[in-house]
Amino acid sequence: MQVQSMHFKQRAGQKLADQRLQQNLKKLSTKFVSGRASAITELDDFEGTRDAAKERRMRAIENLDVWLDTFEKEATRRGATVLYAESAEDASRLVVEIAKKHDVKKAIKSKSMVSEEMALNQALEAAGIQAIETDLGEYILQINGNEAPSHIIAPVVHKDKEEISDLFARVHKRPRLTDISAMTREAREILRPQFLSADMGITGGNFVIAETGSVAIVTNEGNEGMCTLLPPKVHVVVTGIEKVLPTLEDLATVMRLLPRSATGQSISNYFSLLTGPRADDELDGPEHMYFVLVDGGRSNLVGTEFQEMLRCIRCGACMNHCPVYQKIGGHSYGWVYPGPMGSVLTPSYAGVENALDLPQASTLCGECHVVCPVKIPLPDLLRKLREKQYEGKMRPSVEYVGFAVWAFFAKRPMLYRLATRIGVRVMTWMGGSKKSISKLPFAGGWTDNREMPAPTGKTFRELYKQRR
Amino acid sequence: MRVGLFVTCLIDMMRPEIGFSALKLLETAGYEVVVPESQTCCGQPAYSAGNRKAARDLAEKFVNEFEHFDYVVIPSGSCGGTIKTHYRDLFLDDLDLRTRMERLASRVYELTDFLHNVAKIDQLPLREPGAFSGSVTYHDSCSGLRELGVQVQPRALLEKVPGVRLTEMKDSRTCCGFGGSFSLKYGDISSAIVDEKCMHIHGSGADAVVLGDLGCMLNIEGRLRRTGDDRTRVLHVAQVLAGDA
Repeated sequence: MQVQSMHFKQRAGQKLADQRLQQNLKKLSTKFVSGRASAITELDDFEGTRDAAKERRMRAIENLDVWLDTFEKEATRRGATVLYAESAEDASRLVVEIAKKHDVKKAIKSKSMVSEEMALNQALEAAGIQAIETDLGEYILQINGNEAPSHIIAPVVHKDKEEISDLFARVHKRPRLTDISAMTREAREILRPQFLSADMGITGGNFVIAETGSVAIVTNEGNEGMCTLLPPKVHVVVTGIEKVLPTLEDLATVMRLLPRSATGQSISNYFSLLTGPRADDELDGPEHMYFVLVDGGRSNLVGTEFQEMLRCIRCGACMNHCPVYQKIGGHSYGWVYPGPMGSVLTPSYAGVENALDLPQASTLCGECHVVCPVKIPLPDLLRKLREKQYEGKMRPSVEYVGFAVWAFFAKRPMLYRLATRIGVRVMTWMGGSKKSISKLPFAGGWTDNREMPAPTGKTFRELYKQRR
Repeated sequence: MRVGLFVTCLIDMMRPEIGFSALKLLETAGYEVVVPESQTCCGQPAYSAGNRKAARDLAEKFVNEFEHFDYVVIPSGSCGGTIKTHYRDLFLDDLDLRTRMERLASRVYELTDFLHNVAKIDQLPLREPGAFSGSVTYHDSCSGLRELGVQVQPRALLEKVPGVRLTEMKDSRTCCGFGGSFSLKYGDISSAIVDEKCMHIHGSGADAVVLGDLGCMLNIEGRLRRTGDDRTRVLHVAQVLAGDA
């Protein structure tokens, strides 16, 4: 997927003005934030579980090559084929090759954000292979002109029921429905024949397990089962290389946190642990199973100060709780991953220079760190990206000049005292009898939206000297 | 016991009276309070912008100015958070400064944290004539709450103030949208966030919103006034506790 993050400011402005979107985004706090808050109380030792999950994820990341090797051996031993792709484009090419090898005409997909990185649907279409999304949210986006998801677990959170009713009526050419279960039934009726006639199933993978060579997939709709166990003769798993977990016990630990942090569920409606293609004595499963493990910039983070980002389990809690995401939604961020985790991932994968706004567009309020199930210090990582920008001379020159002047004075108390005395007097005068400044030069970002309360004539240090 | 008071650059310039309220609270609690004259800024604006060099220089200046006090008290959660939790990161390449900072960090306190947990005050200063009375709602500023654990301290102290009733707003711990230079760079997003905060302040029905950080204070007050609310007062917790506001 093309990185569009350079349009952040413009897009965010449009999203802020979109009243319907603003209404739809309220679901985040009413549904996800409160859902998580109550779900985490079910665990006796939530903090301890977070620490354990963090440790177990780091054990995998710190020896990524070893665990991927183990995974490959075990998966291969059970009859699957494990392929690695250095870039997202390479990964798409591999999936297309697999499809061609097995003479696939139609592929059904369950939800995968890595496949968004790969722009997989477009690659398949270009090769003459029909790709059909079967996660309800992703299906809605696909029939709406291949719209991009705006959230990693709730891809259509930016839409309301009415918009989807209109869309279904228009695309399905059936009478407009407004009842959610009736609309879902309609989508199932449309999708069922697709499931039954597909040659290949493509899924993401929440985790791959080294000790058994399995993939773990979490969904709420059960479509991952339809994509892997029903007719398709080929199952392709596409996921990131960082998703490996050494053991099933590790999986048990992170699964205590993933659904609770994501949707506030104790456990997702469906959970599949799939190991190898169908064996001779088994009744279901695909004839062929492939893993396409995508690097796509991930290995560049290993051993760096951004390594901690690799333990992310993609729950979406950071964006659900982010005051900025809650106001601008996911599309403003301009690539696959939005919110705080996306603001770290996008510049890390696609280059700091291609996403200059993302690390800056955060209040660093710290709530993402507080809610992250694996304790990723997202605000620290955003700050480190700011350091990269600052040191790489990627900030506007006025910022460097401003800091140089400010630091010159701040390091020299005598001059600073003089400068602040003058500054305070000027600002007091500007505030006038209203004691409030409505327009400040060089600070339009503030005064376009807010008053600047004026100072009161003298600095603390002046007054302190007078009073003592 | 000697307490070094770090006034912070925003209080120094924008609201000196808050510095005097903090001073009064500490002196009433029986401490000898010193305000080092050479103090300027903790360096947070530079640190948050990725300008490590300037931040480190100011951090070193701070350590030199304050390390000889028994305690250092700061009427701001975000400056306190910068000093107590982030300075060590700035001294990674300097063992001497890092060690000195580690020794200092445990003696650095946000004002209400100090009054509640160290001074354990019962008596507040005598209230000035015309001091604020009415209902207040407390906004938890991000760094104070999440970096320093300031949450029960200001509330426990506010309950001791005669004539002041605490009423909680919805989502008191959610960011007000200030975020330092974020409020300038992304003014429209920032004001959309502060609108939500203002709505919750109004929803609480309180006469005043009380908080512990100047950035949030200027942001919330600025937005309330711009949107026509001249009634709701925006007060620093030190002003209310000292009976000055």
